[in-house]
Amino acid sequence: MPSEREFIDAVWSSIVQLYGEFGASQTGLALISYDVERNSAVIRTALGALSMVRASVALITSLAGTKASVHILAISGTIKSLFPKPMQK
Amino acid sequence: MTRTFADLHLCANPKESEGLSKMASKAAKLGYTLIGVPLSPEKYEEEYSKLRNLDNADRGDFASRVDLKPKSQNELIRLLRKLRRKFEVVCVMCENKEVARQAAKDHRVDLLSFPSIDFRRNYFDRAEAELASNSSAALEFDIKPLLALRGPSRVRLLSGLKREVAVAREFRVPIVVSSGANEECLLRKPREMAVLAELTGLSETQALDAVSTNPQAIVKRNRAKLCAGYVAPGIRVLKEGKDC
Repeated sequence: MPSEREFIDAVWSSIVQLYGEFGASQTGLALISYDVERNSAVIRTALGALSMVRASVALITSLAGTKASVHILAISGTIKSLFPKPMQK
Repeated sequence: MTRTFADLHLCANPKESEGLSKMASKAAKLGYTLIGVPLSPEKYEEEYSKLRNLDNADRGDFASRVDLKPKSQNELIRLLRKLRRKFEVVCVMCENKEVARQAAKDHRVDLLSFPSIDFRRNYFDRAEAELASNSSAALEFDIKPLLALRGPSRVRLLSGLKREVAVAREFRVPIVVSSGANEECLLRKPREMAVLAELTGLSETQALDAVSTNPQAIVKRNRAKLCAGYVAPGIRVLKEGKDC
């Protein structure tokens, strides 16, 4: 499993390769959380650059030197709604 | 209405049941309900029965597909005559202009595929698109080269695809986007495929149609034609006998 740094570097490098440095500057990309156990991460991006980030994430083919693919599980306007609600008693 | 998705070009080897089974379940997990696997024309029946008998229950529907790589117009006609009634999807890899023109005007061809990397051999021009729009052929391109290439070659690929897509849109030729994946990590979710297809100049709806409505329409049309009672478009034998 790649580290937090390796993951976000792979996303940045894919964006820079596809859209260049100017395009990457418009994304406002930030890593919010990274869960090694669940193999999942939450990244924040500007709404206007959503399709750019989606395409760049889909183009990732390796992480930390090993073959990998990154899939988008959900997109949301708030971080709270990305996580499942706790069971109500 | 929720969309269902199809990937008509899963390049798994039908001889290796385990690998194919893994890829089929991964595709189903990613959200595809229909996948097309290219089969060899010689061992078609054996490979097709293998596909149907895959033991994983969570896989989607399979469509049999043949990729033709004829060297001349006459060879294409001969292959189509021999294979059209056996496969649900017929794709022609157009490696020269003569084959490309014949494939575009032939109603038995479902998909036209062009060499994606060599832009000098890209024969999908306005004349080709006009012929394809009059027949039922669709333009197909794979996502795999987009994932595999880097730097200037990906730039050339994207500009070539943009040109093809612009011509196809002008002449209303349906576009089909497939993965072309030969390993699991090259498979992408349908919506990710659509986002990548948008890089070629398709709108969001057209990109989603390219991974859902367009490939499914081809398979549905051909399955109806391959049914026993099919006579002509809109005409089917429902009942036979003296009491009709």
